[in-house]
Amino acid sequence: MFSNRSIFAAAPLAVAASLAQAQISDGVVKIGVLSDMSSLYSDIGGGGSVVAARMAIADFPTKGIKVELLSADHLNKPDVGSSIARQWYDVDKVDVIVDVPTSSVALAINQITREKGKAFLVSGAASSDLTGKACSPNTIHWTYDTWMLANGTGNAIVKTGGDSWYFITADYAFGLALERDTEAVVLKNGGKVLGKVRHPLNAQDFSSFLLQAQASKAKIIGLANAGGDTTNAIKQAAEFGIVKGGQNLAGLLVFLSDIHGLGLDKAQGLIFTETFYWDLNDQTRAFARRFAAANSGKYPTMVQAGVYSAITHYLKAVEAGKTDDGTKVIAKMKELPTDDPLFGKGRVRIDGRKLHPAYLVEVKKPSESKGPYDYYKIRATIPAEQAFRPLNEGGCSLVK
Amino acid sequence: MEIFGIPTQALFGQLLIGLINGSFYALLSLGLAVIFGLLNIINFTHGAQYMMGAFCAYFLLTKLGIGYWWALAVTPLAVGIIGMVIERLMLARLYKLDHLYGLLLTFGLALIIQGLFRNEYGTSGIPYALPQELSGGRNLGFMFLPNYRAWVILASIVVCLATWFMIEKTRLGAYLRAATENPQLVQAFGINVPRMITLTYGFGVALAAFAGVMAAPIYQVNPLMGADLIIVVFAVVVIGGMGSIMGSIVTGFALGLIEGLTKVFYPEASNTVIFIIMAIVLMIKPAGLFGTQR
Repeated sequence: MFSNRSIFAAAPLAVAASLAQAQISDGVVKIGVLSDMSSLYSDIGGGGSVVAARMAIADFPTKGIKVELLSADHLNKPDVGSSIARQWYDVDKVDVIVDVPTSSVALAINQITREKGKAFLVSGAASSDLTGKACSPNTIHWTYDTWMLANGTGNAIVKTGGDSWYFITADYAFGLALERDTEAVVLKNGGKVLGKVRHPLNAQDFSSFLLQAQASKAKIIGLANAGGDTTNAIKQAAEFGIVKGGQNLAGLLVFLSDIHGLGLDKAQGLIFTETFYWDLNDQTRAFARRFAAANSGKYPTMVQAGVYSAITHYLKAVEAGKTDDGTKVIAKMKELPTDDPLFGKGRVRIDGRKLHPAYLVEVKKPSESKGPYDYYKIRATIPAEQAFRPLNEGGCSLVK
Repeated sequence: MEIFGIPTQALFGQLLIGLINGSFYALLSLGLAVIFGLLNIINFTHGAQYMMGAFCAYFLLTKLGIGYWWALAVTPLAVGIIGMVIERLMLARLYKLDHLYGLLLTFGLALIIQGLFRNEYGTSGIPYALPQELSGGRNLGFMFLPNYRAWVILASIVVCLATWFMIEKTRLGAYLRAATENPQLVQAFGINVPRMITLTYGFGVALAAFAGVMAAPIYQVNPLMGADLIIVVFAVVVIGGMGSIMGSIVTGFALGLIEGLTKVFYPEASNTVIFIIMAIVLMIKPAGLFGTQR
């Protein structure tokens, strides 16, 4: 809606018109970060995604290619997101849209991007349909997806005895996909699902849903939601004595910002899956400190790290392919191996799935944490090839 | 025993939870009704003032070490005073104009206040611990009732009834109501009407801030907590009848109950059911259930 343009010229104006420039549409690569800038997901992506994009552009040594950055707020509404995307592609000549949390919005933009032959790099949205039945030659799903979350967290929990589940699910594309993918993992491992309840997005009060989950007597209450919905559900579950009563919560999608908001005393012991944590190695730590300095002290979530990584690889492909034509760049991105300081070495699969390792993490006890953002213990690393859905199981039409 | 496939035990639990949410609706819509009924201002800043109440409690705790109980007393006062300053400096200039100008001003203010808080504190929210005395809960047989939630119902009913009593049954309330009907005449009797109006606005705002402190331990203290709630609360006020004190209290609790039942029988509709009721009420009784046509 409020299309606040922070135009950012990464490279000085190209002095010599190189061959590369001849095939860059209107002489400039325009990147649009479309995110939730004002509501429940804005700490996950939002302004932090714009910071990450700016860092990626500044860090990548472009040879004579001018890069501009735009950003806008899609308000988590598919109609708003779609009209911004159309305006960006048709009027503002944007070449690639990045981030887009909220799966319903991302699925709409996936379709528009394909029609327009542009490029779409998804970091914030989760639905595994983006590389499944909705897969597109113009889209890469970068950071994580519902299948990977279900596989990482669901497997770990069922194998340690959590074999009966009740789902509290956000009632839209993302929640339903996460519930579906997790249910499949639970059933495959011999567990059972005793019931489910769907709540509207941004529900605030979860006591009613929690009571229904409590009455089901399921061992595990799976939270197939995100952001403020997850933190409110966890907080209120503690209030209603759910964990004390012997049931356990499984946060299926939890971000660093959620743990920061909840506090360790409420969040300790939660187990979930992430693909990025700032305290993995020297490179991620260095990135996180620079990021935090530019983002009023807040550390990067995996979504924001994914924006950085995706744009880095995009610019590499633009440079290598000497074009910013959407379909061609995406093809080039699939051809080139990926390598960046945050996600390490990896690759992009034919269905648009970016592959990298995933981490099963456990939230530290308050006594184990050295300070703000020192929140996770890495329990297991899931190798890239096992972390994501096998290529032939997604039903993507690009896979022959 | 079961009702429509839901065990009665579970149903009791859900009704009680509906009542808890109804407590917040009642407290907030009461403040709105007081302000509208006596000042004719549609106070769209109400949600932001509720949020400021929660943040004020948080600041008191973290910056000054002042706990929940004192916050419950200090916060409505502090936020109420901010409200009165807003009334004196801005709203007072709009009384001669159409309602719509007041609405626009308060709506704009709400956006500014929320934007400032969001910029500073993000949207993940900040935790505020339950007061020690009210942690834990009791098993009622059909559900586990956290002590704090029981306290919310109790406090809300007491505050609502006290407010109703003050406005409808005391001399001060009579002055207030008279000043709404005919300010010139009341002024002629030597009563300082502008000051009374300022205090009334401050009181309405204080009610919102009080609800904010009550909400802080249950929800995350979040810059958007009021924005999410205010639309629902407006629907409650419209259903109850704009400006009707008792109407807003009864409707607040009743809609909490109805919403609670919806969460059991058809949870997908739980955030729209109030608006469906609003549409029906507006068609049948445009002045609201307890309102009178002016």
